[in-house]
Amino acid sequence: MDFDVLRQLVVIAGVLVWLVMTASLNIWIERRLLALWQDRYGPNRVGLFGLGHVVADVIKISFKEDWIPPFADKAVFVLAPAIIMTTAMMSFAVVPFAPGISVIDLDVGILFFLALSSIGVYSVALAGWSSNNKYALLGGLRASAQMLAYEVFMGLSLMGVVGLAGSFSLHDIVAAQDGMWFIVPQFLGFVVFFIAGVAETHRIPFDLPEAESELVAGFHSEYSGMKFGMFFVGEYIGITLISALTVTLFFGGWHGPFLPPVVWFVLKTFFFISVFVLLRASLPRLRYDQLMAFGWKIMLPLSLVNLLVTGALILLRN
Amino acid sequence: MLSNLRSMWIVLKHSFAKRVTVQYPEEKPKLAPRWRGRIVLTQDPDGLERCVACNLCAVACPVACIALQATEDESGRRYPEFFRINFSRCIFCGYCEEACPTYAIQLTPDFEMSEYKRQNLVYEKEDLMVNGQGKYPGYNFYRVAGLAIANKGKGEAENEAPPVDVRSLLP
Repeated sequence: MDFDVLRQLVVIAGVLVWLVMTASLNIWIERRLLALWQDRYGPNRVGLFGLGHVVADVIKISFKEDWIPPFADKAVFVLAPAIIMTTAMMSFAVVPFAPGISVIDLDVGILFFLALSSIGVYSVALAGWSSNNKYALLGGLRASAQMLAYEVFMGLSLMGVVGLAGSFSLHDIVAAQDGMWFIVPQFLGFVVFFIAGVAETHRIPFDLPEAESELVAGFHSEYSGMKFGMFFVGEYIGITLISALTVTLFFGGWHGPFLPPVVWFVLKTFFFISVFVLLRASLPRLRYDQLMAFGWKIMLPLSLVNLLVTGALILLRN
Repeated sequence: MLSNLRSMWIVLKHSFAKRVTVQYPEEKPKLAPRWRGRIVLTQDPDGLERCVACNLCAVACPVACIALQATEDESGRRYPEFFRINFSRCIFCGYCEEACPTYAIQLTPDFEMSEYKRQNLVYEKEDLMVNGQGKYPGYNFYRVAGLAIANKGKGEAENEAPPVDVRSLLP
């Protein structure tokens, strides 16, 4: 085995381990930060700073009964949580952690990510459908409509970045931010992308698919044990993914003074994960018609205007 | 949109706010003197038990967790033969304390009485008796009651007139 293959394998293993670690660490981060902002302590008993709670949670959920309701469509029911895990983890294949450190440097990195997040919709839609439960179906319907709507301008908001960098490859996009982060010329794009990202991961304030006050737990009402855990981890990997992509596309990726590139990337990613938690701590859930109106009447025109202006400026400069 | 950003900012400012949680096992909460916790049976200033086994507490108890049996000593002083409180059933409402005519039964600021066995939560009289007067020092039911007991005859109670021989008033 030559060196390049070995190196690539190490990178793949590293990314995978980091991803799973971060996803489970997110649970701890979220609980501690929520507690901080609600003037509480949060989990602080098991292990150092309560970090042992993560291990305890994983052990506990692994031993939970994995129950499939008799009225469910079994094959699809089992398949659905696997889809969200797979798509969320595969999207990380194109994320560049540092120069040369990414699983694969695709020319169509952004398109790959958008395609995978579209496939992710199947997970919630199928989970809602196969549960054969009214609340789950409503949650699945909401989730698919919401994710399809917000995907449209999530893609459009990224086109400004693509235009400025002149490439779909995430490596090239980060390299193009050497002088100035894209947050400056693409502020509107960043706002639209981040809001769409929150909606894509169906986090508060866009958590209508699993609105517990109306739909029990939405599309994963009937899931238990590790299958529920997979939805859970999938959501947290989604948060990490959106944070990592926000960093990559708008906040200069690995660029930063003094510290090594990987450290900068991870630090920035955790910053945006904290922003997700802050959103959850402070904002109430939208109504569904507000969600749709906000998406189609405000966000879509905004992203189109952003694309138009960016395109015009790029043409003028050339 | 702006109000959303404002509420996010307000929430973020709570990073520097004081946390309200009391870290319980290390840091004990401050309990008010009237806290309704573990029930005790108190003694009068003479060191004798105050309870006269009138059963009012058992009647007042909404969950019927108090059981007692009245008896008398040779001088006629009533006291409970046994007094049993099932704390696994007690709701700490304090009605027994309100019903008690002799200030015998009292609730105390103590809630740390967990047990691994439910049976251990059934407190007998020797578990309930405390060596003190509790919240009402100086009160002694038999000192104000007109009942003759050991060391106190008729007419010797506080504010009590000497007994009148009704037959001597006959013409």
